Amino acid sequence: MKDFKVVGKKVRRVDALGKVTGQARYAADLADPHMLYGAVLRASLSHARVVSIDVSQAVSFPGVEAVLTAADVPGRNRFGTMIPNQRVLADDKVRFRGDGLAVVAARSAREAARALSGIRVQLEPLSAVFSPEEAMKRGAPGIHGKSNIFVHHKVRKGRIADGFRRADVILRRTYTTALIEHAYLEPEAVMARPDGEGGVLVEGCVQNMYTTRRGLSTVLRLPLAKIRVVQTTVGGSFGGKDEVMTVLAARAAMLALRTGRPVQMVNSREESFHESYKRHPYVMEYRIGAKKNGRLTALEVRMVANAGAYATTTPFVVWRSVVQCAGPYVVPHVKADAYGVYTNTVYTGAMRGFGSPQGNFGIELLMDELAGELGMDPLDLRILNGIRTGSRTATGQKLDQPVAFIETLERSARSINWKRRREELDGQPRNARRRKGIGMAASYRGCALGAEGTDAAGAVVSVQTDGSVIVWSGIAEVGQGYYTVIAQITAEVLGVNLADVTVLPYDTAIMSDSGPSVASRSTMLGGTATRRAAGRVRRKMLAEARLILRTKAKSMDLERGWVVSSGGQRRMRIRDLAAACFERGVALFEFGWYKGPDIHWDEQRGRGSPYFTYVYGTNMAEVEVDQETGEVRVLQFVSAHDVGRVVNPQGVLGQIYGGVAMGLGYGLLEEVEEREGRLVTENFDEYLIPTSLDMPQMKAVMVENPDRHGPYGAKSVGEPTTEIAAPAVVNAICHATGQRVRDLPANLERVLLGKKLVRT
Amino acid sequence: MEVVAIKCTVNGREHRLECEANLTLLDMLRESLGLTGTKSGCAVGECGACTVVMNGEAVNACLVLAAQVDGADILTVEGLQEDGVLDPLQEMFIRHGAVQCGFCTPGMLMSAKALLNGNPDPTEEEIRVAISGNLCRCTGYQQIVEAISAASAKEKSREKKEGKNCGW
Repeated sequence: MKDFKVVGKKVRRVDALGKVTGQARYAADLADPHMLYGAVLRASLSHARVVSIDVSQAVSFPGVEAVLTAADVPGRNRFGTMIPNQRVLADDKVRFRGDGLAVVAARSAREAARALSGIRVQLEPLSAVFSPEEAMKRGAPGIHGKSNIFVHHKVRKGRIADGFRRADVILRRTYTTALIEHAYLEPEAVMARPDGEGGVLVEGCVQNMYTTRRGLSTVLRLPLAKIRVVQTTVGGSFGGKDEVMTVLAARAAMLALRTGRPVQMVNSREESFHESYKRHPYVMEYRIGAKKNGRLTALEVRMVANAGAYATTTPFVVWRSVVQCAGPYVVPHVKADAYGVYTNTVYTGAMRGFGSPQGNFGIELLMDELAGELGMDPLDLRILNGIRTGSRTATGQKLDQPVAFIETLERSARSINWKRRREELDGQPRNARRRKGIGMAASYRGCALGAEGTDAAGAVVSVQTDGSVIVWSGIAEVGQGYYTVIAQITAEVLGVNLADVTVLPYDTAIMSDSGPSVASRSTMLGGTATRRAAGRVRRKMLAEARLILRTKAKSMDLERGWVVSSGGQRRMRIRDLAAACFERGVALFEFGWYKGPDIHWDEQRGRGSPYFTYVYGTNMAEVEVDQETGEVRVLQFVSAHDVGRVVNPQGVLGQIYGGVAMGLGYGLLEEVEEREGRLVTENFDEYLIPTSLDMPQMKAVMVENPDRHGPYGAKSVGEPTTEIAAPAVVNAICHATGQRVRDLPANLERVLLGKKLVRT
Repeated sequence: MEVVAIKCTVNGREHRLECEANLTLLDMLRESLGLTGTKSGCAVGECGACTVVMNGEAVNACLVLAAQVDGADILTVEGLQEDGVLDPLQEMFIRHGAVQCGFCTPGMLMSAKALLNGNPDPTEEEIRVAISGNLCRCTGYQQIVEAISAASAKEKSREKKEGKNCGW
């Protein structure tokens, strides 16, 4: 294997300087001397018919330039990927309290807010449903149509009855997870400007520019080419700046086109809580069968996801949950069904993990309970049933790529000294006030979109006449470090210094639609596209170099700023070659495109090969539980992940540490509380995410298992790191206390009392 | 709305401003002075994104009224560099991978700055306490704690010896 010069090395993030100096421009930092400020009037009921909205008074409020309602939507007031039923502003009905009814543009933010009080709204209340159980009942009020069940995906393998007949032990368990918020530190913000030719420029913290542009095109009745979406620096997204940004961008664009002036809209944190989609809460019922020796024989699963008021990505989220429902284990007989259900609560959608944190919580708690029932060590049970190269998954897919699952188990076990620690802690006195416990959880995860849709992405690499390089990508930097990864890949291919590579912001005017920046697909898809584009430029440069140097040598290379011969002899500076190419009329500007391998999914039979490759991971946690208060302290945490190949080691560590933090928040702290569709938690005073004092020292274990589909063998790391921290820590709590917790979050009252206290 | 006249120093420069009495320091910095490096994340003093150093102490700029800064000395993220040279904290945040989305970074840096001003050689626990009012959703704090530790007095010399190990 060739030695890498930049890939796999410790490097400085390409966008770090602006972020440490305060120069990085986030959407709320944009300003224009002529800009207007937008404000939104939101619904006061969870489910209601819109009778009338009278804006006649509001328009004459001081400073007001426009007040718009659904009646002013120029195009079709419906957008969404699979089931386009989301509105820019409510038209026929209000479906949750975050629905917007009218928008105002005024010369100051204060005047815009004041004008909202001048809008007269008449709503006719409808009976509302807040839990999926109610919403699924016959005769429940329909939120979009007659039935609120709009998604059902299944997995079928073998014959479930046979599997349970062969079982010596059968367990039935129900687990639930909470509604949680992305809690990106930057609230949503956009600026929309009319382009003077009927089109519009939108700048903002948009995660998925092409999706947002499609939504705007429908809503504004404009061709895609008339809408340009340019990304500002994004202050965190985690899957969360998709549909909610389309809503915000569409409202700002409508106001901008109506007034002919730039319009900025910035959500407050409260607005962000009320309006932005969340992670789906799940109710998951399991039945699992195993032989006395621990071999799994059968698994039956039923999952119900609360989708809230709109469909958004729920069909895909639920699909991933059901596909990966058996976890990283070989189970010969599987029957799994997962449902997505509308309710009159805040809508739910994509969030880092995308349906896996729920399913992994369920199956990983179940594995621990089964281990307890069989009198086995939870690690041994997982090793016994764990998938290996050549194993068949729950969907019947044969894993033909190298599977590093057992390696992640063994390396984390070694790191935390699992067997010895478990034994030591088993010997603690029962009645001690503080008891320690150790727990684990594991997962496998399909990389990229899989059978959700076409998986392809593009990049442009352009070498300037002085040898410096510009890269554009169709996939977004949302803080995860993607631009650094593609700059590294470009520098590696072209033999230039990383500092010579500039990645320009994501702009729909430049790049072909590369799909969304989701599904831990950025490095695999966008990285490969970048490698291809850079490879094309490189071939052109070397061909010219041969002509200039009058050599036929095939083995020339680009390295450390030079064209070098096979003996390592420096023949010509890359910057001189770049200048010579320009003089010779050779353009060093190339486009690279990568489409992932074909995959197959049979929706009718509930089986297939849903992803072209997978990553594997194991988390282990040691906790101390105060048995008088229910307080949990995490003492140590190990997170081991097969990432394919490490491109940016600090970036991978950052993903692992941050993923664990988000997972521990999910496990111990976080819950968006709603009462009858009204949000109780609406800012960080009540919605608690982990602080520096909640986080233990973490140990990250990077397992390299290069995959033929990723650039230099790299796979995914963003989402797997956040999907198993919660079950690992909850299993550790249960080990400490001897009591099972089956619902998230495992906060003080659940750990101490075994139930959630409800505010009255 | 009553208007108050104030005089204060921001990043070493003296400013005289007339502000509405309910203007926050955060809005004064971002809107009146155009210093948008200081971020607004919650507006209720919970997230720490708007942390600045006021008279040597870290404060949430969203909870301070502009009128309260009359006569005060304010340092924001824009004032951390001296003569174009990064503050050791800024340098270490970059070098230790402590920056992801960057939205918490200015506030984190300012909390760390206030800490190191009063305690040039803090323990890990002291660092964690000092930044416990600054939420970060990306990093899990580990590389931030490492960066602050590296920027503290004890570590500075060792880091220097290690040399630059960033790309080539």
